[in-house]
Amino acid sequence: MSTLHTVNKSPFEKRSLESCLGYAQAGSSVLLYEDAVYGAIKGTGIADKMSNAAGVKFFVMGPDLKARGVSDDKLLDGIEIVDYAGFVKLAAENDRVQAWV
Amino acid sequence: MSENIKKFMYLNRRAPYGTIYAWESLEVVLIGAAFDQDVSLAFLDDGVYQLVKGQDTKGVEMKNFSPTYQALGDYDVTKLYVEKESLEERGLSLEDLMPLTYEDEDDDWAEKDSIRLVSRAELAGIMEEQDILFSF
Amino acid sequence: MKFAIQVNEGPYQHQATDSAYQFARAALEAGHEIMRVFFYHDGVNNGTNLTTPPQDDRNIVNRWSELAKEHDLDLVVCVAAAQRRGIVDEGEMQRNGKDAQNIADGFRISGLGQLIEAGVQSDRLVVFGD
Repeated sequence: MSTLHTVNKSPFEKRSLESCLGYAQAGSSVLLYEDAVYGAIKGTGIADKMSNAAGVKFFVMGPDLKARGVSDDKLLDGIEIVDYAGFVKLAAENDRVQAWV
Repeated sequence: MSENIKKFMYLNRRAPYGTIYAWESLEVVLIGAAFDQDVSLAFLDDGVYQLVKGQDTKGVEMKNFSPTYQALGDYDVTKLYVEKESLEERGLSLEDLMPLTYEDEDDDWAEKDSIRLVSRAELAGIMEEQDILFSF
Repeated sequence: MKFAIQVNEGPYQHQATDSAYQFARAALEAGHEIMRVFFYHDGVNNGTNLTTPPQDDRNIVNRWSELAKEHDLDLVVCVAAAQRRGIVDEGEMQRNGKDAQNIADGFRISGLGQLIEAGVQSDRLVVFGD
């Protein structure tokens, strides 16, 4: 049984990503989309918390990165870029979706 | 409706009154009670503020909806998980919260606490057991 | 897979309804079923036919109406939230003594029970909010 956690707010605006990381269990997935894609960038204040999330798979929404002018080379290692079809796939493959708004 | 009963969890992460999410999410819980699913509420982050006792809204001229939390017991909604870490971070304890109770019909109508104080780790485990999670 | 979608925010103010729309379209393209899209809180504002967005940007309301028509989607606007925010159909107009209605094509106003039912009957509930 695995959870897809979705986070859509910037971690520098709201603590939703931080809270999510406190809950995401090993084997779960976290999708960053909308303004939360800023949390996928290397070297930010939340990068350590992201790296310390043991066993959690991170995904980031490509269209939202592009919209905000964030290039792929700026991203933390190991984050997979997906599109909306990928979002749907993640939602179907995990047992439940938990939105951290 | 003879399908399997699902586990529904309502996530409450915001303070009351500053936005409508707390109140409108409660309206969902009340309607949802009629559907006989396995329902629980989770209060974490600023959501714990929703349960603080002594809310007096006269000065802001908004409806005080805090009594509705007490009514949940009558609707068979008896599992209100409150996250310890969120309380502590806000300088709150169980004593600051409304004493929410329900009458357990399986135990001679004994009055029991609806609020279940849980750690973040415990609540994370409970969330992993849910089928459907509502966010507001 | 049968999806239920919940949209908590209105058009343009937040990206929530855009993301929900893109998700819905992708899900349909992948052959999944969208059992219902339920609009709650300010999300009910996606259901007004009175918007006139600039021509050079997406028309959020029409986009939902068109998707609903193309795929026979059930777009439901919560009645209680709609009453608070002024989204009105024929029935609400009569019941509440309003002199106009503004519900957009493809949307219908109904109770919160529709959201719960969507949770009961779908395989996954995906919530878009702020």
